[in-house]
Parts: sequence; structure tokens; C-alpha cells
Amino acid sequence: MTDSVKLTGVTKRFGDVLAVDDLHLNVADGEFFSLLGPSGCGKTTTLRMIAGFEFPTSGSLTIRGQEMALNPPNERPVNTVFQSYALFPHMTIEENVGFGLRMKKVAPADIAQRVKRTLDMVQLSHRASASPSQLSGGQQQRVALARALVNEPQVLLLDEPLGALDLKLRQAMQLELKDLQQRVGITFIYVTHDQDEALTMSDRIGVMSDGKLLQVGGPQDIYEHPRSRFVADFIGEINLMPAVAVDRDSVKLLDGQVLMAPHDAPAGRSVTVAIRPERFTLFRPDAEIPSGRSSIAGKVIRRIYHGDVFLYDVDTAEGLLEVKEENRPNVEVFEIDSQVVVSWSPSAATVIED
Amino acid sequence: MSEHPLPDPADTIAEMLHQPELESDAVRSESRRGVLIALPSWIYLTLFFAIPLLIVVVYSFATRSSTGLTRLTGWNIESYKRLFDPLVAEIAFRSIVLAVATTLICLAVSYPFAYYIATRTPKWRNLLIVLVLIPFWSNFLVRTYAWRIILGSDGPLAQITEWMGFEPVRLLFTNSAVLIGLVYGYLPFMVLPLYAALERMDWSLVEAARDLYADGWTAFRKVTWPLSRPGVIAGSILVFIPSLGAYVTPALLGGAKTTLLGDYIVSQFLAARNQPFGSALSVAVMVVMLGAVVVYFRSGAKNL
Ligand SMILES: Nc1ncnc2c1ncn2[C@@H]1O[C@H](COP(=O)(O)OP(=O)(O)O)[C@@H](O)[C@H]1O
Ligand SMILES: [Mg+2]
Repeated sequence: MTDSVKLTGVTKRFGDVLAVDDLHLNVADGEFFSLLGPSGCGKTTTLRMIAGFEFPTSGSLTIRGQEMALNPPNERPVNTVFQSYALFPHMTIEENVGFGLRMKKVAPADIAQRVKRTLDMVQLSHRASASPSQLSGGQQQRVALARALVNEPQVLLLDEPLGALDLKLRQAMQLELKDLQQRVGITFIYVTHDQDEALTMSDRIGVMSDGKLLQVGGPQDIYEHPRSRFVADFIGEINLMPAVAVDRDSVKLLDGQVLMAPHDAPAGRSVTVAIRPERFTLFRPDAEIPSGRSSIAGKVIRRIYHGDVFLYDVDTAEGLLEVKEENRPNVEVFEIDSQVVVSWSPSAATVIED
Repeated sequence: MSEHPLPDPADTIAEMLHQPELESDAVRSESRRGVLIALPSWIYLTLFFAIPLLIVVVYSFATRSSTGLTRLTGWNIESYKRLFDPLVAEIAFRSIVLAVATTLICLAVSYPFAYYIATRTPKWRNLLIVLVLIPFWSNFLVRTYAWRIILGSDGPLAQITEWMGFEPVRLLFTNSAVLIGLVYGYLPFMVLPLYAALERMDWSLVEAARDLYADGWTAFRKVTWPLSRPGVIAGSILVFIPSLGAYVTPALLGGAKTTLLGDYIVSQFLAARNQPFGSALSVAVMVVMLGAVVVYFRSGAKNL
């Protein structure tokens, strides 16, 4: 697979602010790549450098193997879907979508045809001569998408494009976008602070914090094997238990219990064991725990009914653990103050070496 | 007769109607309050705008007596017929050319400046806008007299050009001096609306244009310029209209040979003591200006 976009040691400063710090990133051709992180971590700045609206302070940026770090936006085979859509208010939908092709001096007949085809694709042909202000937020969003896609760019950049939509529409658009990306086969680089969105749509996710790219991997990899406290914490709920490395395959919890959990930390180093709430199972104290599972005793101090799941807070020797149990007929429901055993299989635990 | 007679339908209807009645009462008192708030401005406008305007219109149809008094009898349109004098046409043409030139120069100078201000950080923006307004802190007449010194025969302009080895440039009492004076005087009226329009600009639209393969200049032509048109229109009107009727600047900086509309109207009222003709001239200028404004706004509204 060829690299569509490649950032090597890219740094961007705004005066004293280090917005992007020594970023290395390869995005493969045809990939749906998400940049995920909290507000202010440098996602937009990274995207804007790829688009050409900002120039890196240092580092190299190639698009399809060509160095482009300092080229203006109009010279890059890249199009952007802006968070605010940035539709031209003084042009019709049709004129908006055709803008890029007109700038590229495509023949008018071809423009008309491609605009029509793209508007069909986003199901907005019937609004072709409307002005942007006459459209709903979701429709404007689709126009912004069409305006970028009609140019058949090699890379499409999207900066929180669904941020302004309400939840239902956003979820529908997530699937629609993912679908669209697979159909057109264009590389998508997608910026979001919403972990669900990133997990749902992406082939790979890059998690950013404070201008640094902390971890890059597939959604499952990022979710189940976070390599830092930040990533673990940012993506969903997670239980963190302090421990000490014993050898490469096991760690020792505070209560002396030794867990099987592969890791790279040298013996004696303090580490953190991270386990997702849904990977825990609750048992009665007298129940027989299947062999090979680790467990720890505790007391239910809080139970929250969540419709499809019950969330328990269980007080244990390792601190408060959050447990998520499915609301299903064969899953036992525990009352507050009941004694329980929290149990998990070795594969549920990830060791974070902070 | 039962103790509880059926309600009279008329009462029921009255009751049903009562609710909207209440509401319209509220609306009415609301609008009464509105009238009250606007009352001072209504009085002011009536006293100092509507009545004088009416007087001018009435006078334009009156007759001038041989002694130069205005007789409010024998209504006629003689004064309006005189508007088609070649002399009037010449003066009007000269004034329009000057006003158009003033407007275009103001626009050409102000646009880059307003653009520059609008793209600074908010702190700098405010400072620069204050700088634009500083000239208003001193009297317009005083500032125009200052130009007499600058442009005068021994003024700084003549001295500097002479020192640079050129023929000393003496502009006072020429049309150029009037143009300089008008541009100087009305520049802020162009800068401010342009700034207001550009300051509201959504710059991500320009980025979108750049992203869609427009170079910097094309992005300006296709996006920035059309979106700043309301400012261009407002500024042009604000400069064109006072330039067309300007009196003080041409009187102080212009030559005696080149009469403009403003001078001409004043001379009809004072020297020539022909108030009906002066009034007719004023009315004509106002109608033309109003027409220009309407046409301009219409065309602007269509393109936005
Ligand atoms: N034009 C700019 N001038 C100064 N600081 C900026 C500018 N753009 C971004 N920053 C700063 O850079 C950091 C990263 O911003 P940004 O890339 O917008 O983050 P994100 O998109 O992840 O929310 C922030 O601290 C922000 O304040
Ligand atoms: Mg952002």
C-alpha cells in the first residue's frame, strides 16, 4: 500500500504555543483515518497543514510522495469539508458544488454533468438551485461533502463535519459517510473529539494529546490495548489498577495477587493494569470462579440502571471498580451492599507502562 | 324560567372575543410606547428636515420678483425649465465627474486599508479605527484650511517638490485640489462601512475557495469582493452624495472658474437672489441622488 499522506517530524508553533509537536504519521491510500483527541490538542492544526492553510514550522509533509509542506492549498490534490461547512452564501448549491471544477477550467458541459452526478450521490439534486441558507444543517453538510468530492481529490479532509448536527442525524451520517468513503475509495482524514464516532467509522485512529500523537492503531487495538493512561481514559470508561511488574508475563497487584498479563516493563517497575468495565463479570462470593480467571472480592456500593446495561461500582482492595453487566435474563442482578466477586480473564487486562 | 338560563349566545361570543381583545390591547399599548420613544426624533425630523424640504419644494414653483424677493403667487415650472440650460448641464456634469472620481479614489484607497484593519487582531483593529476617526476631533473647516496651506503656492507640497528638483507643484485653486480635499474629507465614510463588511467576513469561505483551487486573487474576486459588496455600496453612497453637493471644499480649495453644483445653488440663493431657481436645483439634485441610491441598492440586493 502506498502512502497517501505522510508527515515526518512535523511541528507547528503559534508564537509560544506548541500546537503540533514532532508528529510522524503515514496515512495509507484509500484509508479512513481519524485524528481523535480533546479540544485544543492540535487536530485542526494538523489537518490545516495537510490542506495548506498553515505551514509547518519544521518537518516534512508529502502527499502521494510529493513534498507539499509549503505549497498553497490550490496546488494540493486535497479537499476539505469545513466544520462550519463554509458554503458560499452568494452562490446556489449547484454553483457551490461546481466551484472547484470551474477553477480547474473543466469544460462547462463536464462540470454540469459531474455536479449533477455528485448531487445525485448526496440526494440533493432537487435543491440544485436553492441557496445554502435555504437548506437544513444536514443538507448543508451534504453539499459541503459534494463540493469537495466532485473534484475527485486524492485525500478528503474533514474537520468535525458532523459536530453541528443532532445525535440521530449524526449517527445516520456516520454510517453514510463510511459507506460513501468505501464506495469512492478516497482517503479520508477525519478529525473528531468524539471517540464513538472515531471507533464507528475509522480503519485506523490516531489519538492526540497536547500536540503529540500518542498512539495509532485500529479501533479495536486502540480500545482494547491502550498504551498510555491518556488513551485508555480518553476512549471510553476504564478501570486502572496500580501494580508492579514481576516478569514479562505477569504483574502483581497491591493485594499481592499475581496476574497473567504480557508486557515489556522491566521487573520491579510500577505499572498500571487497565480493564474495561464490560470485561468484568460479577459472581456471588460462594460461586465457583472458572479456572484461569483472576478475581477480587468487593461490595456493591452503587448500581445504575442504563436500559441495556447495569453499571455497578464495586468497592475492592484495589479501589473502586466500575463493572458493566448486560441486562439479560441469564445475567444475575446484584443489590446494593451485596458481597460480590469481580472476575476477569487474562486477555481482558492491558498493562500500561507510564 | 329555570334558575340557570342557557347562556346568551351573544355573551359567549363576546367572551370568546375578549381574549384577542386583551392581546390587541397589549399590542396597542406597546406600539403607543414605541411612538412615545420615537417622538423626539419625529419632532426633530419634522422641524429640521420635513418642513425645510417642503419650503424648498414650494419655493421651486414660486416666482422671483424683480427685486429678488420670492412671491408665493403665480405658481409655475419656469425654474425647472431652466435646469435644461447648457450652463446647468455643464456644472452638473462637472460635479458628477468630480463626485464619481472622489468615490472611486476613496474606494481604491479605503478597500486595502479596511481589509488590512479587518485582518488584524481585535486589539489592533480598534486602535486603527480610532486613528481613522481622529480627524473628526477637529473642525472640518479648520482641516480644509490646513489643506490650503499644504497645497498653497509656498506650502509644503510646493517646497518638497521643488527640493526634489521638480517644478514646484502648486495645486491650490484647481480641480485637483478640490478632489484631494473631497477624498480627504470623505475617506472615513468609505473606510467604516467597508471595515464593517470585511470585519464580518467569514474567512473560512476564502479558505474554502483556496481549497477549491482558486489562487489568492481569484478567491478575492469570487468570494471576498462579492461578500463585501454591501460595504462597497454603503460607502460609495456615503461618499458620492456629499461629494456631489459639496460646497465648503470647492469654495475653499477650488478655483473661481470652475463652478460646481454646491456653489451654484448657494450663489442662486445669495448673489443672484433667485430662490425659486436655487430651490429647483436643490430638488433636482435630491431627486437624482435618491434615484441613484434606489438603483444602486436594487442592483446590490439582486447580486447578493
Ligand atoms: N492561529 C492560531 N494562533 C495561535 N494559536 C493557535 C492558532 N491555531 C491554533 N492555535 C492553538 O493551537 C492549539 C491547537 O489548536 P487546534 O489545532 O485548533 O486544536 P483542536 O482542533 O484539536 O481543538 C491550541 O492551543 C490553540 O489555541
Ligand atoms: Mg478543532
